[in-house]
Amino acid sequence: MIKIDAKNVNFYYGDFHALKNITMEIEANTSVAFIGPSGCGKSTFLRLFNRMNDLIPGTRLEGEIRIDGRDIYDKSEKVDRLRKNVGMVFQKPNPFPKSIYENVAYGLRVNGIKDETYIEETVVKTLKQVVLWDEVKDKLKESAFALSGGQQQRLCIARALAISPSILLMDEPTSALDPISTSKIEDLVHELKNDYTIVIVTHNMQQAARVSDKTGYFYLGELIEYDNTRKIFTNPEKESTQNYITGRFG
Amino acid sequence: MRKFIEKLVEGGFLISGSVSSFTILLIIIFLFKEASGLFNSPEVEEGYVLAVNRENPVEHLTPEEIMDVFDENITNWKEVGGKDQQILVFRFSDLPNYYSEAELGDEFQHVPEKISELVSKEPGIVAFFPEQYKATDFQGKVISGAKITPSEFFGGMKWYPTSTPVPIFGLVPLLLGTLLVSIGAIALSLPFGLAVAIYMAEIANARTRNFLKPIIELLAGIPSVVYGFFGLVVIVPLIQQALDLPVGETAFAGSVVLAIMALPTIITVAEDAMRTTPRAMKEASLALGATQWQTIYKVIIPYSISGITSAVVLGIGRAIGETMAVLMVTGNAAVIPTSLFEPVRTIPATIAAELGEAPAGGAHYQALFMLGAVLFLITLLLSILVEYISSKRKI
Amino acid sequence: MAPIQKLGNIDQKKRASQKIAFGFFSFLSYLVVAILFVILGFIILKGASVISWEFLTEAPKNGMTSGGIFPAIVGTIYLVIGSSLISFPIGIMSGIYMNEYATNGKIIRFIRVMTNNLSGVPSVVFGLFGMSLFVSTLGWGDSIIAGSFTLALMSLPLIIRTTEEALKSIDDSFRHGSLALGATKLQTIRRVVLPMAFPNIITGLILSIGRVSGETAPILFTVAAYFLPQLPQSIFDQCMALPYHLYVISTSGTDIEASRGMAYGTALVLIVIVLLVNLLANALRNYFAKKVKMN
Repeated sequence: MIKIDAKNVNFYYGDFHALKNITMEIEANTSVAFIGPSGCGKSTFLRLFNRMNDLIPGTRLEGEIRIDGRDIYDKSEKVDRLRKNVGMVFQKPNPFPKSIYENVAYGLRVNGIKDETYIEETVVKTLKQVVLWDEVKDKLKESAFALSGGQQQRLCIARALAISPSILLMDEPTSALDPISTSKIEDLVHELKNDYTIVIVTHNMQQAARVSDKTGYFYLGELIEYDNTRKIFTNPEKESTQNYITGRFG
Repeated sequence: MRKFIEKLVEGGFLISGSVSSFTILLIIIFLFKEASGLFNSPEVEEGYVLAVNRENPVEHLTPEEIMDVFDENITNWKEVGGKDQQILVFRFSDLPNYYSEAELGDEFQHVPEKISELVSKEPGIVAFFPEQYKATDFQGKVISGAKITPSEFFGGMKWYPTSTPVPIFGLVPLLLGTLLVSIGAIALSLPFGLAVAIYMAEIANARTRNFLKPIIELLAGIPSVVYGFFGLVVIVPLIQQALDLPVGETAFAGSVVLAIMALPTIITVAEDAMRTTPRAMKEASLALGATQWQTIYKVIIPYSISGITSAVVLGIGRAIGETMAVLMVTGNAAVIPTSLFEPVRTIPATIAAELGEAPAGGAHYQALFMLGAVLFLITLLLSILVEYISSKRKI
Repeated sequence: MAPIQKLGNIDQKKRASQKIAFGFFSFLSYLVVAILFVILGFIILKGASVISWEFLTEAPKNGMTSGGIFPAIVGTIYLVIGSSLISFPIGIMSGIYMNEYATNGKIIRFIRVMTNNLSGVPSVVFGLFGMSLFVSTLGWGDSIIAGSFTLALMSLPLIIRTTEEALKSIDDSFRHGSLALGATKLQTIRRVVLPMAFPNIITGLILSIGRVSGETAPILFTVAAYFLPQLPQSIFDQCMALPYHLYVISTSGTDIEASRGMAYGTALVLIVIVLLVNLLANALRNYFAKKVKMN
């Protein structure tokens, strides 16, 4: 089943043509990695799926992106409802200046859930899901800033999962973390892709190889190659992909 | 040689660097230098004597008691701790009622003798006369000579700086007037200020912001005397008519004018504070399906709350210290305010209105400097409070 | 799955509350704009008919109910020049010290706190202070020099802060580049840092002129004269000043009703000064911002 369906996407920051005619299909309950050098457009493309680029003035989109068959840039589409369904984890851990508990509960509260027992159950469930529960169960009321970077990032994943999205976007989620925290998050992604469609942007090619079913290679705003991860890393079609994954530039 | 000049210039930088600290120090020294004389000044105007009959047990009257006695609000000695006896008020100008011109002498040479005689004759008398007419063997009891005390100044409920026989310098009505006008102003301008700050920081697009920014700067740039003038010719009559008041010059008029004047401070500081919210934090909230408004009140406002508090405190500071506009629209009645719709007088307005007429070095002059010192301390405390709030800011 | 999917109408509810809140905020914002335009419009309309060549070039006549405000204009110009001569160099040097020389964090913090405190001192307290120090203790009497010093001290925090901000916005790489070529610290500041920071510093200076020309309380007891038809001859003379003149003729003139027209005219002149100052500051800021972009 096709979860995300992008057709002929062109995207502009003012005069700058950031994404050039990209077409891509992402299947449900798989994980897809976007790789490519800095500024190649992979994060920009990712942020189109939950319309995060709407926040940047002077941007323009051509083409069409469908999630579950619905055009998410259609005038009738409500952006807050879309984002409820499409969770996102950012490059740097960005917890709110609230307690650990309230960070996870935030998405439920802003979406109108008042049932405190349900909120509590969900907080516990998602904290267990991201394997953070044992580390924080005694300090749920403490500030989220007291956690380490890796813990904060798992908290942010829990926060995104609490509102039960079907898609999880991860924008270089481990670039600010140490190797141990990174491997914990990678394990988590492995677990999660059974229940969610995961799109992950990464600089780290081993990471892409480890966690993704499919990989897309971006270069200068173009999608150069998109295929099974194994094929991209062992036998890419394009020379540019070959050069990148063998570390000749990037 | 060039080295020497460089050293000289750099020394200049160092000296200039200390200029604000030095100025603060000078302000403290000179305010308190002038003000400190207040508690060394006699209650009764210098050169005058207040005396009672020898038999009268009363040793001292506070300035407020003296005023009540001379205004005949107090008519019996027992009200001020004496015997049950009518008070006979004697002013120097009353002298011809008691003695003929012949008795006083052509050159008033007998005046001291006669005053002495009168005071010893009348058991209920309280006499107020120039010291030069006090006989060397004066038969009465002089009860003036006490100095103004800090409790009379800081706890005093009346401000009559030019009343005779004793001026009364009581801080309370002026302080309450200042607080009333300022708090009224902040209550009015806070909703506006925060709304505009939120609008500019989070809602308006770049074009609208570029339109609003200079407008706010312009509001900040208009001189306070122009605000006062506008208040005087527009707001005061408007308030008088709309609320059907006997006079429009009220605390409320002051609050309205000050509210407009405090707006730029509140807007600019609060907007800057909200802008410091990391973009990542806003995006995290939006990515969870929160609306922009939910993000504002659940994430941005809590995050920038210390900056917003600073904005409010700075706004209050501006309002408390503002002089000319308030002077022109509040009616300047030095009474303890009971409502927003009566004339009041603030500390800065009192200083501005009275310093020109207070003889340098006199008690009135010193009292005005003491008011200045009080005002300075209040604003200093507010500045320190702002500093404290922003240092407590969580990262 | 979760109840979150069931709560369909919450979406409408939260969108509606956003609509109401944002509508309210934009309404209040435009109300503030309206307030400014009402104040400006009122004074411009009422004052425009008063402004004439005579009004700008003659002394007040007939108990300040007619004639002009020339001595007040001249007095304000003298005070602006006098205070600028004092505050500009000291303020700029102080800002340079803060950003370029002071290295001890505690000292920088202390000075910054003191500068903030100074900017919070009410203008009438500056008036008291100026009277005590310059008028009495130094014996200058009510004079242009006493008023200029008082105004200068009052405007210092603004100048110090804008200078410091302007210097801070210049990237260290420019300083390092110059130092690496063997320039001394002072040469680097003079030839590299100051020229680059100049536009922003200038903006601060212009805004401080605007403030000085409108202040009343600090000059009440240090320089301002109620009525003085002839111009001051030396810096030890008193002078008239626009803001004080407006205060006097609108509250305590010999005939307040008859001098209303003069008051509107004076208020308009003050407003025009403020408008010009702000326009100039904005124009300079935009001009230099564009220039920087082009480079």
